[in-house]
This record gives sequence, structure tokens and C-alpha cells, in this order.
Amino acid sequence: MLELTGIIPAIPFFSFLLLAVFGPRMARKAVSVVGVGSIAASTIISGIVTAVFISAPPSGWSYHEVIWRWMSVSSFQADIGFYLDALSVVMVLVITFVAFLIHLYSTEYMEGDEGYSRFFAYMNLFVASMVTLVLADNLLLLYLGWEGVGLCSYLLIGFWYTDPANGRAARKAFIVTRVGDTSMVIGLFLIFQRLGTLNIQELMHRAAQQWPVGAAFAIAAAALLLGGAVGKSAQLPLQTWLPDAMAGPTPTSALIHAATMVTAGVYLIARTHVLFSLAPPVMLAVAVIGAATLLLAGCSALTQRDIKRVLAYSTISQIGYMFLALGVGAWSAAIFHFMTHAFFKALLFLAAGAVIQAQHEEHDIFKMGGLRRMIPITSWAFLISGCALAGLPIITAGFYSKGMILWGAWSSPQGAPALWIAGLVGVLLTSLYIFRVIFIAFFGEAQIPVEHPPRLAKNLSMVVLSVLSIVAGWVNLPPYLGNKLWLDELLHTSLPTVAEKQLGWMTEGWSEGIITAAFVLGLLLAYELYLKHRGATRPLTENALGRAIHEFWNADWGFDFAYDKLFVAPVVWFAQVDKRDFIDKFYAGLAALSRACYRALSATESGRMRWYAASIVGGTVVFVFIVLFL
Amino acid sequence: MILVWFIAILLAGGIACWVVARWSAPACRWTALAATVADFVLSLIFWIRCYPVNLLRQQDWLRQVNWTWFPEAGIHFHLAIDGLSLLLVVLTFFLGIVSVLASWNEIREGVGFFHLNLLWVVAGIAGVFLAVDLFLFYFAWELMLIPMYFLIAIWGHERRVYAAVKFFLFTQLSGLLMLISILALYFIHHRATGVYTFEYSELIGTSMPLHVAIWVMLGFFIAFAVKLPMVPVHTWLPDAHTEAPTAGSVILAGLLLKTGAYGLLRFVVPLFPAAAHWFSPIATILAVIGIIYGAVLAFGQTDLKRLVAYTSVSHLGFVLLGIFVWNKLALEGALITIIAHGISTGALFVLVGSLQERIHTREMDRMSGLWQTIPRFSGAAMFFAMASIGLPGLGDFVGEFLILLGTYKVSVGLTVAASIGVLASTLYGLKFIQRAFHGSNVHHWELHDLFAREVVIIAPMIAILLWLGLFPQPVLNTFTPTMNKLQQTASQQYQALDRGQQ
Repeated sequence: MLELTGIIPAIPFFSFLLLAVFGPRMARKAVSVVGVGSIAASTIISGIVTAVFISAPPSGWSYHEVIWRWMSVSSFQADIGFYLDALSVVMVLVITFVAFLIHLYSTEYMEGDEGYSRFFAYMNLFVASMVTLVLADNLLLLYLGWEGVGLCSYLLIGFWYTDPANGRAARKAFIVTRVGDTSMVIGLFLIFQRLGTLNIQELMHRAAQQWPVGAAFAIAAAALLLGGAVGKSAQLPLQTWLPDAMAGPTPTSALIHAATMVTAGVYLIARTHVLFSLAPPVMLAVAVIGAATLLLAGCSALTQRDIKRVLAYSTISQIGYMFLALGVGAWSAAIFHFMTHAFFKALLFLAAGAVIQAQHEEHDIFKMGGLRRMIPITSWAFLISGCALAGLPIITAGFYSKGMILWGAWSSPQGAPALWIAGLVGVLLTSLYIFRVIFIAFFGEAQIPVEHPPRLAKNLSMVVLSVLSIVAGWVNLPPYLGNKLWLDELLHTSLPTVAEKQLGWMTEGWSEGIITAAFVLGLLLAYELYLKHRGATRPLTENALGRAIHEFWNADWGFDFAYDKLFVAPVVWFAQVDKRDFIDKFYAGLAALSRACYRALSATESGRMRWYAASIVGGTVVFVFIVLFL
Repeated sequence: MILVWFIAILLAGGIACWVVARWSAPACRWTALAATVADFVLSLIFWIRCYPVNLLRQQDWLRQVNWTWFPEAGIHFHLAIDGLSLLLVVLTFFLGIVSVLASWNEIREGVGFFHLNLLWVVAGIAGVFLAVDLFLFYFAWELMLIPMYFLIAIWGHERRVYAAVKFFLFTQLSGLLMLISILALYFIHHRATGVYTFEYSELIGTSMPLHVAIWVMLGFFIAFAVKLPMVPVHTWLPDAHTEAPTAGSVILAGLLLKTGAYGLLRFVVPLFPAAAHWFSPIATILAVIGIIYGAVLAFGQTDLKRLVAYTSVSHLGFVLLGIFVWNKLALEGALITIIAHGISTGALFVLVGSLQERIHTREMDRMSGLWQTIPRFSGAAMFFAMASIGLPGLGDFVGEFLILLGTYKVSVGLTVAASIGVLASTLYGLKFIQRAFHGSNVHHWELHDLFAREVVIIAPMIAILLWLGLFPQPVLNTFTPTMNKLQQTASQQYQALDRGQQ
């Protein structure tokens, strides 16, 4: 049954083709059936593949399938080939399933939209590319999926293309991520040059044989791949595109800019973990980038008024946690958090989308209020996913995955108390910013009357994701809760386990306890500041320093400003100044010179005999002079 | 004989078009279409029958025609075909069909003379790809120049005369340098062997001191570099491409530039391996400058056609880079780029041309929001723009990736710089889409979406780019034997020269 793997990306690809060519002429019903049905089919197949993989694992816990040879030039070979192991199985199942729910939700969300079939065409292409990325057996095919999801992200951010602001956000996303991609593709060149293959398993095998830990080439290769990962996963210093990416339709934000595509960087690092293990400085960089990003983005999330931008910064921050896990070698914890995050963050966005549509496209949380009484299912969904995000203990999924990451940050050999503390502060920030939204928008007085309350498709997907936001954590029960690490054990067939160093007084239980304290502190603070004494934060932003910090965080720590001045402005300036191509001036000069010579010479042909006689005499004198004296 | 047919059909078809047009313009168009389709089908059948067995067995050429022309001077009418020429000839005839179809409604005056010129320029290009006698090669080189001049000067846009003269001067002057080099080679060969010949396979291996070889090579190189075009001799290109009628732009970008690349591949490096080797640092650096500078220039344009024109400077920089890196990966990449760029840029010119027919302007300020009125057209434009900026899965990416992979073996610095050029291509690609098709339809255009004729042109081009992007192996395999042979001659002789100098 594992042979079905190749069909998982093929179905959405062909339905993309169908929708792209015939979509505009199809009835909406037909578009929904094709657009959602294709993803449903892919989900079912990936479910079957997962079940077979777990119940009757192939030898070595991996399955490899070559569909055709893509290109072969002298020693370079790349296939259209798929590689299935625990890592890709988990990823594909989560991606297709979440994608299916979001497609289902979209049938209602996009129902009145002009570009209905275009939307589903792009979304299907996205799923096809994302699954290709995850299943690719070589880095070149992975890169194909990588750029494919980038294209879909661009197309969907700029989906409502009539507004130039959306176009700007879309281009920014494409260009910024392509900066990272450039680094990644150079990494591919280096890897092929040094290891002679781009097949992921083979290159990791050869790298482990050829390079000692800390080898210069291993560091270079890992650092270059990290560049790609940082771009796609919106980590420092390339995080600037994600908040603007919220210009796209909300289901897009849920699927691409929260649950799946932005975690591609996490997947890339986990996929090539051997390479990163050989490069300890890069591992440290991954951890530090993760820790720094989660703090910076957490602070920025606190200052946003736009509900989607809060969630965008939250996504950046949560991926920061995944990077932190990768950096300390807690590979499976990162993938665990990817999974739980995919559920609860997709749900947060879907709920936010339902809120926005119910509130006349209003994004500002301060103009909302009292939603919990008006749209109860949506409010419950937002509350559950918000709790999962903040890590409400025992019940929600986020608690387990985040706890595992922080425990790794403390206990792994690459871990450090500083990283743990950063993660802990992040928990406080997360709890504070998400309950800020909940208390402001869902509690208090109603402000805007509700229109378009969510119906079946929206509610159904939200309910399913709500359940998953809770139960998804129970697949990894830590030692103090029964020690049933099912997912962890499955993932360890393809990813190494975390070694634990000497631990001192700290145990996993203590770590979880302190995290819970941070969560509760954030919750209480939010309750005090945003529900009980609304406006209590006003004095903070009224003095100059407070306002400056608020502005600074709100503007993403000045990154946009700096990049505009440093990179964008000079390139645009030069391109405009050089529109006429100054090299052409040289040739224009030549032309002008020869025209001038022509005029000068033709001026001598004046028709006056005296001039002719004089020049003949003058010429003769010069000629005789030359002959006689030189 | 099939090689003679390739050219004769076009030459005769051109005259037939001219004659027929006196009575009926549509008949003239159909004649031109028939001639190009006939040639395309012939070349395709030839390719399929050669693939892959004959290609591997091939000794010198797959097929050749060798008639004595001026025996006293050693001039032969010698046409020959191998994998490289075959691919380029197929591309030539395909784009020939595209140009005829693209001119269907655009050209309304002088229809007969237009098609005469069009078919003759295609014939000249096919001649360039097939001639292996240097005299004949030069003859074909000039043959394609003059009809092209007329195409631009008569049927072009506002500044057509300026552009045509500029095009003519650049190519003619550089062509003369090549003529001098051909003659120099001819006499050097005579001095060494006592035989007067223009035969390519004879002239290969002519030994000469490096400093002489460099000068002779530069004559060839400059002619080909102008055609390619390489920065800083590229400035004829934007004017010629922009002012030419659509068919002219398609042929210029899709084919004429490729004759420069072909010349470098076929003549410059194999004839003067040592000199080319000596020159390669300069050529590759200029290539990378071209990649980045061309992309930035394209980004700065507001004339849609000019933007597309400048992208050629950038893409052909990759070809130049691949050729002078001269390893298997880079050469195969250069070949794929030659073909893929011919298709993707050709298609962009077709689209921009038909847009100009609809709205009578090329200024992007007058466009904006066209997606609202012509979604299919815009979708197609998006597709080709994405091909042009090197999206994986489409033809251009395979070419550029292989070139860069090969370049990395030679120079990391050049690879990094050229990769930044790929990044820069994103800027112009997205600007192209944003300014013309996205945004709101502020000028309230209401246009007709793709006509059936346009679909017939565009759909195969989309299919070819997908094919090249996802399964390029047949093209790579066709080129491989030729490439091995070119590499072998160049390296053998390179060693011989080294010994000769000691």
C-alpha cells in the first residue's frame, strides 16, 4: 500500500490543473467538489499510508519510491522520488488533514468571492507543492516544492489583487523568502560539490563519513541551509514578511502562514539533521535564533491591534520554539510542537476568520467585544486554541509540546539555562498576548452587531480542530503522567533521541511546574489589565519611553525600516536612475562624435573657390613639409 | 538532402508568399504557415528517428550535404547536423511557426514582403546552425541580418529606423571582425598545411601561437558576444526588441541571440581552446555582470516590452557563463537555457505584442488591473514570468541550476554572484505582474481574452516549458554526444598546444 505515496501530491496537482483551466466556467458546487474532494482524497490516502506504515513498518522504517528520473548529467542525478519515514509520514498526515479542514472551511468563507475557483486552484497547488516538499527524497525536488509553496504563498497573499497594498505584501513575502532560498540553493551546490549527491539519505550518510564534527564544509553547508530555513520559517532576521502576509484571505493565513508552509524550515533542518549535528556552531545559531525570535515576536504580538497580526507574530514566536528545540537537538520535540501548533494555530486563524467575517471585516480587536455570547462556537474554538497556544496544563496539546521543548532546552547537552529562561519568558508573553485578545474581543461589551455568523462548514472544521487542539498532546505523555511517548518513539525511528546530561535539582516535572506558573502569571496579568481594569495599560504608553517602546515593538523592532533604507531604497533608486542604461551613453556619444565629424567635413564643402584653393595650397605646404623634414 | 530541404522550403516559401500576396493576404499567411509547419514536422520526425540510437552511434555528423562551391578557394556548400544543431533547428522552426501566427493580425501592410523577410530570416538562422563551412557560415550570418533589418525598419514601432540602424551597425561591424578572423584562420591554416579550406573540421586543430590565437579568437568572440548580447555591447538589444514587430521580437530573442551562443559553443572554444581558456576569466565575469545588470535594468523599465527585452541580457549571461565554464553540467545547462529562454521569452513577447494590439500602448502606467478583464491572458503571462524568474519545475530553472552547479566547480564567487542575479530576477518578474495585471483596473479596460489563435500559440509553449522543467532528459541526451565531442576536441587540442609551446 505504500506505493500510493506518489498519488498524495498528484491528486491535488491535477485538480489544480483542472481548476486553473476550466475553473472559471465551472459551477461553484463543482469547484467545491473538485477543490475539497481532491484534498479529502489525499488525506484518506495519507491516512492509509500512515496506518500501513505504523502497523506493518517497512524494513528500516523507511520506504523509497522513484517515479521517474528527473535529470541525469554526467555525475549529477536527481529523481522525482519520494522517501517515506516516520518524519515524513507524520508531516504529510498533519498537512493533508489540516489542509482538508481548511478547504472545507473555505467553501463557506469564500462563498461570495469572485475568484472562488482561482482560490481553490491556488490552494490545491499549495498542498501539492507542500506534500512534494515533505516527501522529496532529494534536495532538488525538495527545492521544487519549496519554491512551489513560495509561489502559492505569493499568489494567495496577493489574492485580492485589486488592492495594491496586498500586492506589495505578496511581493515582499516572495522576495524576502527568496533571499533565504538563494542561500539554500548555494548550499545545494556546495553539498553536491563536496558530497557528490543531493539524495538526502545518501548525502547524510556520506557527510557523516567524510566530515568530522565541526568540519568547515559541514558548518558552511548547514549555515547555508539554515539561511533558507530562516527565510521560509520567518525567523530572525528574515521574519519581516510574515506579519504583512496577513493580507491574504484568512484560510490562507491558517494553512500556509501558520500551520504548514512556514514550518518548512523546521522540517528542512530536521530532515538534514545529520548535517546540522556535524556543525555545532550552526546548531547553537539555530537555538539562539529561535530563542531571540520567540522573545522579539512575543513582544511585538503584545502591541498589535489587528487580530491577525497578533496571530502572525504568535506564529513567528512559536516557530521560534521549534527552532529552539532543533538547536538543542530535541528533534522530535520540534516535530511534536509542529503538529500541535498546526492544529491550534490553524484553529486560531479559522476562528479569527469567522470573527472578522461576523464583524464586517473588522480586524481591530479594540473595536470588538462580547463576542462570546454572540458566536459561542467560534468563541469556544478561539478560547480552546488560545489555551493550547499558551499551554494550559494537562488538558491542552500546547502544554505537552512546549514542555518537551523547554525540558530539552534545559537537559540536552547543547541546552543551556539561558535558553530555558528565554523559553520561559516566552510562555509568559504568549499567555499575556493571547489572553489580551481573548479578554478584549470576546469578553466585555458587545460593540459591533454580528452578521454572517458561521454555519456548518466553518463550525465543523473548527470543532474538529478544537478536539485535536486538546487530544493531540496526549500522544506524548511525559514521565510524571504515565510516560507514554508514542509519537516520540515513532519519530525516533528517523530522528536521533535527545541525550540527557547531568540534571541537578531540576526534573521535567519541576520544569513543567515553573512553566505553568508563568502561564498563570500571564493569564492573571491579562485579566487584570485587559478585563478587570480596562485601560490600565494606558499610563504605560503615555510617557515618552513607554510609547517609544510600544511603537518600536509594534513596528517589528525596526527591521522593516532598516531593510527599506539599506536594501530596497538603493536598488530602486539605481534602477530608476539607470533606466536609460548609462552604457548606452557611450554609444550615443560615438554616434554624436561621428555626426560632428560629418558636419565638420561637410562644412568644408562650401562651394567657395577661395576656400578650396586655400586648402589645396595649405595641404601642399603641410605635405611638402612632412616629406622634407620628417 | 533533408538539410537542404530545411532551408530550401523556407527560401522558396518566402518567394511564394511574396508572389501570392499580390492576390490574397490570407493565402500568403497560410503559405508561410505551411512552409514553417512543414519544416518543423520534418525536423521533428528527423529527431524522433535519430533518438536515441543514431545519436550515440554518430561519428561526425548525423547527416550532411557537401557540395563543392568554389573549389579553388576551398569553399564548400557544406551543411551538417549533430545533436546540438538538431535541437536548435527544431527550436528555430517552432518559433518560426509562432512568429507567423503572431503576425496574423498585426501585419496588415506589405504582407507579402513581410513574410518573405520573415521566412528568409528563419532560413538564415537555420543556415547558421547547419553550416560547417566557415564561408557558408558567414554567408548565412549575413543572410539573417538583412531581412531582420527590414523587419524592424519597415514594420516596427515609433523609433523603428533608429533601432534598425543601431541593430545593423552593431551586428555588421562585429560581423566584419569575424570575417577578418575567418580569413586570418584560413591563411594561418594554409601556411601550416598548404591547404586552402574553410572546412570546420579541417580548421579545428590549426596550431598557432597563443597571442595570435587570442586575437583571432577575439574577432569571433566579439561578433558572437554582440549577438548574445554580452554587457557592455548589449545596448542595441532593448531598442531592437522593443521597436520590432512581435514576430521580429520573438525571432530576435528566441533565435538570433542564440546564434551568438551557438557560435561560442561551436567555434570559439573548439577552434581556439587555449585562447578561450585564457579568456575565460574575463568572459565569465562579464557574464555575471550581465546577469545582475540586465536584471536590474529590466526592473527599472516602465515599457513592458523593454522590460522583457532586458531580461534577455540577464538570461543570456547565464548561457555565456555556462559556455566558458565548459564542464558537462554547465554546458548541458547552457543548452537547456538556450531552448527554455527561447520559449519563455518568445511567449512573453507574443503576449506583450498582443496586449499592445489590444490597448495600443506598452507603458505599464496605462495598464494595471488587467487580470480583471483578461484573466486567462494574465494567467498565461504569470506562467511565463514565473518561468523567466527560474521557478523550479519549468525549463529555465533546469538550465540555470545546471549552469550554476557547474560553475560552482570552477568558482564559488561567480556562483554566488550569479545566484544573486537569480534573486534579482524576482524583482522584475513580480514588477511585470504587478504593474500590468494586478492592481485595480483604473483605466477601465474591457478587452477580449485569449483568442483561439493565441491559445494555439501559447498552449504548446506552456507544455514545452513544463516538459523541459520536469523531464529534460531527452534534450540532454540529444546534446550529450555532441557535447562530449566538443569537449574532447577542445581538450585534445588544448594539450597539443601546451606541448607546442614548450
